[in-house]
Amino acid sequence: MTTPLLEVSDLRVAFPGRGFRAKPVEVLHGVDLSIASGEAVGVVGESGSGKTTIGRAILGLVKPSGGRIAFAGQDITAAPAKARRALAREIQVVFQDPYTSLNPAMEIGDILTEPLVMHGATAKDARARVRTLLDQVGLPSDAVRRLPREFSGGQRQRVAIARALAPGPKLIVCDEPVSALDLSTQARVLDLFIDIQRRTGVAYMFISHDLAVVRHVSHRVSVLYRGDMVETGPADKVTSAPDHPYTQKLLLAAPVSDPVAQRARREERQRRAQAEAAGAPAGAA
Amino acid sequence: MTLYVLRRLAIGLVLAVLVTFITYLLLSPSFDDIVVSKLGPTGATPEAVAAVKTDLGLDRPIVVQYLDWLGGVLHGDFGISYFTSQPVGDAVASRLAVTLSIVLVALAISVVVSVTLGVLAAYRGGAVDRIVQSVSLIGHLVPSLLIAIAFVYIFAVKLGWLPATGYTPLSEDPVGWLKSITIPVIALVIGGIANLSAQIRGAMIDELHKDYVRTLRTRGIGTRSIVLKHVLRNAAGPALTVLSLEFLTMLGGALIIESVFALPGYGQFAFTSSLQGDIPVIMGITLFGTLLVVGVNLLTDLVNGWLNPKARVL
Amino acid sequence: MTEVGVLDAEVAPEPAPAPGPGRRSPWRRLLQDPQAIVTLVVLVAYVVLGLLADVIASHGPNEASLQAYNAPFGTDGHPLGADSSGRDILSRLLHSINTSLVSGLIGAGVALLVGVTFGLIGGYYGPRLRSGTEWVFALIQTFPGLLLLIVLMPITKGDYRFTMLIFGFLLAPGVYRITRNQVLGVKNELYVDAARVSGLTDRRILGRHILMAVRGPVIIAAAFMFGTAIAVQSGLAFLGVGNNQVPSFGAMISEGFKNLYSEPMQFVWPSLALGILTAALVLLGNSLRDALQGARRKPAKIAAPVVAPGAAVGSASPAGADDAGAVLVVEDLAIAYPTPSGELREVVDGVSLRLGPGETLGLVGESGSGKTQTAFATLGVLPPEAVVTRGSIRLEGREVLGLSERELRTLRGRSIAYVPQEPMSNLNPSFTVGAQLVEGVRASTDVSRAEARERVMALLTRVGIPDPERTFRSYPHQISGGMAQRVLIAGAVASRPKVLIADEPTTALDVTVQAEILDLLRDLQSELGMAVLLVTHNFGVVADICDRIAVMQEGRVVETGETTEIFTAPQHPYTRMLLGAILDEETVRTDGPAAVAVPLGTDA
Repeated sequence: MTTPLLEVSDLRVAFPGRGFRAKPVEVLHGVDLSIASGEAVGVVGESGSGKTTIGRAILGLVKPSGGRIAFAGQDITAAPAKARRALAREIQVVFQDPYTSLNPAMEIGDILTEPLVMHGATAKDARARVRTLLDQVGLPSDAVRRLPREFSGGQRQRVAIARALAPGPKLIVCDEPVSALDLSTQARVLDLFIDIQRRTGVAYMFISHDLAVVRHVSHRVSVLYRGDMVETGPADKVTSAPDHPYTQKLLLAAPVSDPVAQRARREERQRRAQAEAAGAPAGAA
Repeated sequence: MTLYVLRRLAIGLVLAVLVTFITYLLLSPSFDDIVVSKLGPTGATPEAVAAVKTDLGLDRPIVVQYLDWLGGVLHGDFGISYFTSQPVGDAVASRLAVTLSIVLVALAISVVVSVTLGVLAAYRGGAVDRIVQSVSLIGHLVPSLLIAIAFVYIFAVKLGWLPATGYTPLSEDPVGWLKSITIPVIALVIGGIANLSAQIRGAMIDELHKDYVRTLRTRGIGTRSIVLKHVLRNAAGPALTVLSLEFLTMLGGALIIESVFALPGYGQFAFTSSLQGDIPVIMGITLFGTLLVVGVNLLTDLVNGWLNPKARVL
Repeated sequence: MTEVGVLDAEVAPEPAPAPGPGRRSPWRRLLQDPQAIVTLVVLVAYVVLGLLADVIASHGPNEASLQAYNAPFGTDGHPLGADSSGRDILSRLLHSINTSLVSGLIGAGVALLVGVTFGLIGGYYGPRLRSGTEWVFALIQTFPGLLLLIVLMPITKGDYRFTMLIFGFLLAPGVYRITRNQVLGVKNELYVDAARVSGLTDRRILGRHILMAVRGPVIIAAAFMFGTAIAVQSGLAFLGVGNNQVPSFGAMISEGFKNLYSEPMQFVWPSLALGILTAALVLLGNSLRDALQGARRKPAKIAAPVVAPGAAVGSASPAGADDAGAVLVVEDLAIAYPTPSGELREVVDGVSLRLGPGETLGLVGESGSGKTQTAFATLGVLPPEAVVTRGSIRLEGREVLGLSERELRTLRGRSIAYVPQEPMSNLNPSFTVGAQLVEGVRASTDVSRAEARERVMALLTRVGIPDPERTFRSYPHQISGGMAQRVLIAGAVASRPKVLIADEPTTALDVTVQAEILDLLRDLQSELGMAVLLVTHNFGVVADICDRIAVMQEGRVVETGETTEIFTAPQHPYTRMLLGAILDEETVRTDGPAAVAVPLGTDA
């Protein structure tokens, strides 16, 4: 194969420490990740693992303190503002919270046309494009004249997806895009993501704390633990028969929706926890 | 903690120096006019003006003049009034005592009444809530100047219960003192309650909506403890900030009230001194006014730090 | 977010976009408020009168005539009379309007210009620039306000416009702080990030997304500052600060005050004019606040749930008759909230549940299904606006609905207890963990402080806190979310309740912590013989811990049954739909990476 669409190597991010003369806190300690065209790569981790930070670094919302991010072979680690704005056509985002990711004071139509016009489309073209986009994400075209608060969580997330698709990007960073949604909505929105990928060939970086969600959409999965990538591999392998002890722990902790299977999983988890407590506890970490 | 206090104190002093310096700078273009008016229209020959300026040290560079003043202040010497030859420190202190006695009494009353009303309104609602909202509206609608005059008219002129004007020092006659400050204090208290009670009500309501209130209830903890201990403590922070602003607002209001009631206070003093161009007095008044502001802000921050454990790590 | 907060937003069912409430723009809302219209009309009238001052009045404001000395109301040529210098009162009033309005414009204008500009800069750009602006405004705030305006008389030379310019700077810190806080709040909103990712320039983001959010509070502040500037100018003029050739309400009031006993009307006219003007500004500010920020918050009463008058509340059958073997019985419970139009809308509509001793019942449903409302009702902690319209809740055979807060208090902690969803927001940030737990123990049992402390220490150890002594002394922000949830569980089980209501107790936690908390709940339950009502949306949690399940949809229980039964043979279509939506372990993505890249929207 040719160069991957996105290549992240040895990425480090540090945030300034809290308080007077505090040392910076490094939240990513050298992370590698690559995403090919049309591929969906899941990134799994718990709170504090740094999974959101990787996404934000790729989007240019946080400045890396080390390492390299390359998009289509071109270094974008510290792209200047102008180059960054041009990248908006290539890399897009869908955030977790559909309630705060849309400006409450703007109509859906304005939310969707604003970036298009910004990138040089005429108002007429932009409007036509918005109609197509709304159709693609399964929203009625009269949504254009409505405000975000008139929609349910799932519908807002569809608007957010339409906004991400608007410039025809090659990569969408999806940061927990379904975790704020209800169960039934969650499944439908995930199917929409898959459907869009099949039709457009866009690549996804799919960030989630939920193994089941990641398993559903990803081709490959990476597992993050406290700023380190501990395991990367094909989705079914990593999410059902992982190698790394942390991934195994994560898998056993996630309850299965089947009382019998869950009892077995729980007992297995408790057995391991006891074994770990009895043996050397420090080694694995 | 001590380090934090020292740091804040240092910042406060730097601000006070900056404020007085800027004031001095702003005043400096009018020094000539001041000297002219001091000499009177006939005596203000260019030679006389120059002589007086040299005499007062006003012919030196501004920074030197200011540093000279500041050096005096650091030794406790605030200068001498151009017109009365009274030491500025004494004059300012005696005037400040009058103003502060009114403002502090008014503030204390406002706080007690506002906390009671605000707390009751926030968790009981009903009649108390309507009273708080109406008082606060009326207090905002009518300028305090008009309220003060109305009170003078009713209590002093019509009913003759209290003296309309003048001030009796506390040391001379406590009852007379109380009588002389009653109407000015009431005039200030109305505005104070209007502001504070609404703010305390708002802060309490915000806090009462928080999740922990429900959780405390489910543990069987009594309403009194929830409201007066848990919620009030958390609402006190935002309310305190408003309180410190209210103190400064009252100081401003007192300047006008003093004029209505002919009280020999700070505002009156500032007014006459600036009319005369009495530079040492103006600087003394500015310095003490600034130190008051700095002190109030520092105190507010310290109490806030004590109230809020998260802020304490500093 | 609790379910209560989501009520309005999430009631709309997924498929059809519902025309939401409050579609009207704030400006239209403002124009429907009679108070706003009246005040606006008053203000426009003032402006017009001020502009036409020279046309309406036949005399100049400083034109003194000896014949007119103290002329009374209705004198020919002096409709409102004249003052002790023989100047026409009407003319002075009209010209004073101009002085006031110019004062307001300068004062509020300077404050807005300075405050908003620096607020946007200080809020949006990095902390380094912000600390600079903070210093400048801290300095401005240190100036002793009104005193400064008096002290600077030698340089303002009595020009009120210059004085108001300085006053504008003194007002600016307030605007700065409002703007900066709004910007700081908004700038980390995801929609601003999204705008940045969309390739918008900083200028456009500031101008379009951020200014929009800042606009409301700043407009409100502007109305109040306009009033303040006018009041201060009048106050200064009353004191005599300023040129006495400039007609102003303050100066007129001052002159009237000197003549108060002989010619009271000379005092009344300017007072009325000033009073009405400032009152109109304050009332307009209030109307603006209502229109732009929504109605002011109502008091948050702490009281037992309101039972609708005449509602059929209480057991339909003789108390306890069919409660045998149940610690908690909910029967035909309905809870309603008032809609903006004043009608009641039911969010819980006839819910019935039975909870046996030592049993765990999962109350499952999506957001807006009413599951949390049902849980709050059993604890008697519904929000004050909620109304129970019918039904019965019996705790150990005793009717709970209709009890007062005081009576409920005797049940809480001992008979029924609660574990919330968000561990952090459910602890009071200002008190140590230990103090909060001790107070709970002492409220529900008769033990001394020392005994309570001992019991709390034992509990903290029991719930798996590694260093109980230290946690006891910690403030909530010093412990992790998982630890905080253990603390809350300790608080709930402290007095050995018969029933534990757990509302999404693991939703806010990481999966690994969730597993530990579920283990803890299971162990405590068998140890204490508690019955648990577990509110959740997560079927994995249900499968892990629940004996029975009740499935809720739009305020109703659609299906109840043994956990294994419902997972293997769900009866109701909604349950089947929910179970079908679960992303199970078998669903793995099978298709490879998409090959072709056709950009969307090109109509290929």
